[in-house]
Amino acid sequence: MDLRFMADEPSAVERAVIARLIDPVESRNGQVVRGGHAARGHRHLLLPALAAVQSELGWVSRGALNEICRRLLVPPAEAYGVASFYALISTDPRPAEVTHVCDDIACRQVGGLDLLSQPSGGEVVTTPCLGQCDRRPAMFVQRAGGQDEVLVSGPPATVHAGPLLRRVGKVDPSSLADFRKQGGFEGLRRAQDIGAEAVVAEVKKAALKGRGGAAFPTGVKWEAVANEPAPRYLVCNADESEPGTFKDRVVMEGDPFAVIEAITIAAFATGCEKAYIYVRGEYPLATSRITAAMAASREAGLLGELEIEVFRGQGAYICGEETALFNSIEGFRGEPRQKPPFPAQAGLFGRPTVINNVETLINIPEIVLGGGDAYASVGTPDSTGTRLFCLSGDLARPGTYEIEMGRTLGDLVELAGGFAGEPKAILLGGAAGFFVSSDYLSMPLTFEDARARGVTLGSGVVMAFNHDRDMHDIVRRVARFFRDESCGQCVPCRVGTVRIEEAVARARSAPIDRPLIADLDRAMKDASICGLGHTAASVVQSAMAMGLI
Amino acid sequence: MTEVALVIDGVDVVVNEGVTLLDACRSIAKQQPTLCYLETLAPVNVCRVCVVEVEGSRTLVPSCSRKVEGGMVVQTDSERVRHSRRVVFEMLASSVNLALVDHPTREWMESYNVDPARFGPPAAPTSDRDQRHAGHHGEVVGGAAETVHQPIKVDNSLYVRDYSRCILCYKCVEACGDDAQNTFAIAVAGRGFDARISTEFDVTLPEGACVFCGNCIGVCPTGALMFRSEHELRQADLWEEDRQSVTRTVCSFCGVGCNLELHVQDNRIVKVTSPQDHSVTEGHLCIKGRFGYEYVQELGDLASTPVDVVLRRARSDS
Ligand SMILES: Cc1cc2nc3c(=O)[nH]c(=O)nc-3n(C[C@H](O)[C@H](O)[C@H](O)COP(=O)(O)O)c2cc1C
Ligand code: SF4
Ligand code: SF4
Ligand code: SF4
Ligand code: FES
Repeated sequence: MDLRFMADEPSAVERAVIARLIDPVESRNGQVVRGGHAARGHRHLLLPALAAVQSELGWVSRGALNEICRRLLVPPAEAYGVASFYALISTDPRPAEVTHVCDDIACRQVGGLDLLSQPSGGEVVTTPCLGQCDRRPAMFVQRAGGQDEVLVSGPPATVHAGPLLRRVGKVDPSSLADFRKQGGFEGLRRAQDIGAEAVVAEVKKAALKGRGGAAFPTGVKWEAVANEPAPRYLVCNADESEPGTFKDRVVMEGDPFAVIEAITIAAFATGCEKAYIYVRGEYPLATSRITAAMAASREAGLLGELEIEVFRGQGAYICGEETALFNSIEGFRGEPRQKPPFPAQAGLFGRPTVINNVETLINIPEIVLGGGDAYASVGTPDSTGTRLFCLSGDLARPGTYEIEMGRTLGDLVELAGGFAGEPKAILLGGAAGFFVSSDYLSMPLTFEDARARGVTLGSGVVMAFNHDRDMHDIVRRVARFFRDESCGQCVPCRVGTVRIEEAVARARSAPIDRPLIADLDRAMKDASICGLGHTAASVVQSAMAMGLI
Repeated sequence: MTEVALVIDGVDVVVNEGVTLLDACRSIAKQQPTLCYLETLAPVNVCRVCVVEVEGSRTLVPSCSRKVEGGMVVQTDSERVRHSRRVVFEMLASSVNLALVDHPTREWMESYNVDPARFGPPAAPTSDRDQRHAGHHGEVVGGAAETVHQPIKVDNSLYVRDYSRCILCYKCVEACGDDAQNTFAIAVAGRGFDARISTEFDVTLPEGACVFCGNCIGVCPTGALMFRSEHELRQADLWEEDRQSVTRTVCSFCGVGCNLELHVQDNRIVKVTSPQDHSVTEGHLCIKGRFGYEYVQELGDLASTPVDVVLRRARSDS
């Protein structure tokens, strides 16, 4: 490969930032001496390098991109394709401070939009859900050369704890000693005592199902990877960008060592030599706490041989989709891959990979300590254990609620103090979920009951809307979300999300075109590559069915 | 080699393990529409017009990339398949200028009764696609169907890029990249509906890494990438395909032996392609074979036709 780079040179600052991450390709008389192969083998440094420049300078100039390309032997056109994929990276000059004001469905109802016009030092742009709905309205500030920060205006949110959240608010998130005093790392010790195979067996007995949305049995996934040849990878999916979802953030901010312990057990059980934690870019506090917890655990010798890397997302909902996430880490555009092959066979870097959601993983220490049977005695046979729900919107006490699976939606709403105002609709499962009416309050919150009624628990979103809300405006924002977050790879989703948004916009002043929406939805469900396209029209369909639009 | 038995549209089919459903369909002379697939490129399965129904699968599957498995029961013409193909073609035809799309595609669109107008009239042309930022787009009014329109890029004397005709099939990117040319001058940039083919920072082709092999033109199914000569002749209303003859010959520039197809109109070469089924080139050429044909026709020295004038202009200014 004979790459041609641009003529642009980086500034001294840009060069220094890049040099901290990537060694130069050594050259003698203009000839590359360190093998080009080695440099190309570092493509996974592409996004971290772009992000580092963005974070220091506020944008990625031609000179900076070119320097990164020269050091990694990545073609500039491809690097530009990657940089321009992410909302938090700018390839145009930007002021040092950029405020991303959430105008998504929770925040826009309570003054989020007013924040847009408030004077600020730099540039103000909108952002989809920041995962702060329990403390809405929210904004995220990107500061070149400084610390990124989330600002929220609402009162402190409720945390209704069960076994998973028991330490949140009670443990010092920066103290390994405090974590251990409260039972931390006992699960890991027990796992090492009983051995890897026994851990997998207990997880299977526990019948734990994934909490990231697809409800796949965790033990089955683990066993498949454990039986594949090494090297294997483990990924903790902390990209949490489904509108209305914030539970993983509450866990990572409140009990970060729990996540590290769970990852260590999972990697031990499945024989993974390296683990990644992919944290969404708009979660700076969770990122720093998780990073610190990892460092402290490593220093204390608790991780053994396991290498854990915290990888920061750069503003792309689609990178929560497992195969898009792999591409993102590998330094390619966050485009999902057609399955099969599945991650257990060919995942990150083409290797067998376990990928689990944060909430799924933090169940593991408990399963190991108490045994799979005891775990499975909670909930229903098909939906075991407790589950974290993200309650927001027009409820008396928004927050994260941990309840046994099998309790009803009505119980959950009661726990949160009931509706604020006259109930109109509940968004269940997230933007990729459904609007439901009060008829669903009697529905037990289990995978099987949700499936039987044609809905989903998704990522645990329960967002309430009262009669004063402009539902057309809400549905339109959801349609806009999917159009903005589609990776753009496949036609049904790339164009379908636009046509859905246009159809919803027209429905402000005219009856909505039901056959058109139904036709689009069907083709998107049948012919799209990934879950984003499959579910992008569900909320619109359910809003139509309920007469909300 | 192990053989695999499956059923396609009620017909028993036996094929070699490892082939795709598309190969299996073709083995019994059942053609499927394809846009992003090409025998000589790795399948990217993004256009989704080739989807088929496989019993037991929750969604339809792309026949161009899905490998056959023993016992598969496949439908290529069910109502479900036809629905998705029709709507996908409608999505494309309502957002992209398909006036020059290849002939088979046009026939498929007719057979599925594609009606792009159902999404409303096309929205006003836009010119800012290269500047759009991921995750943000302008207010949608809803009265019209947004398109991928952007001004045509004419930045060199050899070929033009009219991305308002681009269906984002990734073929040019693959041909420029590790599937053929290994130059990586172009890639997909941006996200979602604003995704587009671009050089780094949208620099012109001469400023970027392009070596003008024209291999991207060779694979483009929509006319988005076009010889400058063809573009200029079309602009001047002088492009007449039915008056053109195609002559096959071997490139005389070096010893590789690439086959050339010279497209000739009015005794003048108006473009050069390469047969895709040829084992040496698989349809690909270099700048010399693709564009270096001037010397055989010494423009200007003969009695000048309108075609000559246009061709001369196409090759001289950039
Ligand atoms: C568009 C899209 C976005 C997703 N985002 C997330 C996410 O932010 N976090 C997550 O855990 N899973 C997400 N998923 C699901 C993952 O693909 C994957 O199923 C999950 O991480 C598996 O973990 P689990 O088995 O523990 O649930 C998303 C899926 C899709 C289709
Ligand atoms: S369905 Fe949407 S997000 Fe998924 S691959 Fe296709 S375009 Fe990308
Ligand atoms: S002409 Fe050749 S080098 Fe230039 S963009 Fe096309 S394929 Fe790439
Ligand atoms: S320019 Fe042509 S080959 Fe390239 S993606 Fe567009 S339609 Fe496909
Ligand atoms: S030809 Fe199969 S998806 Fe495009």
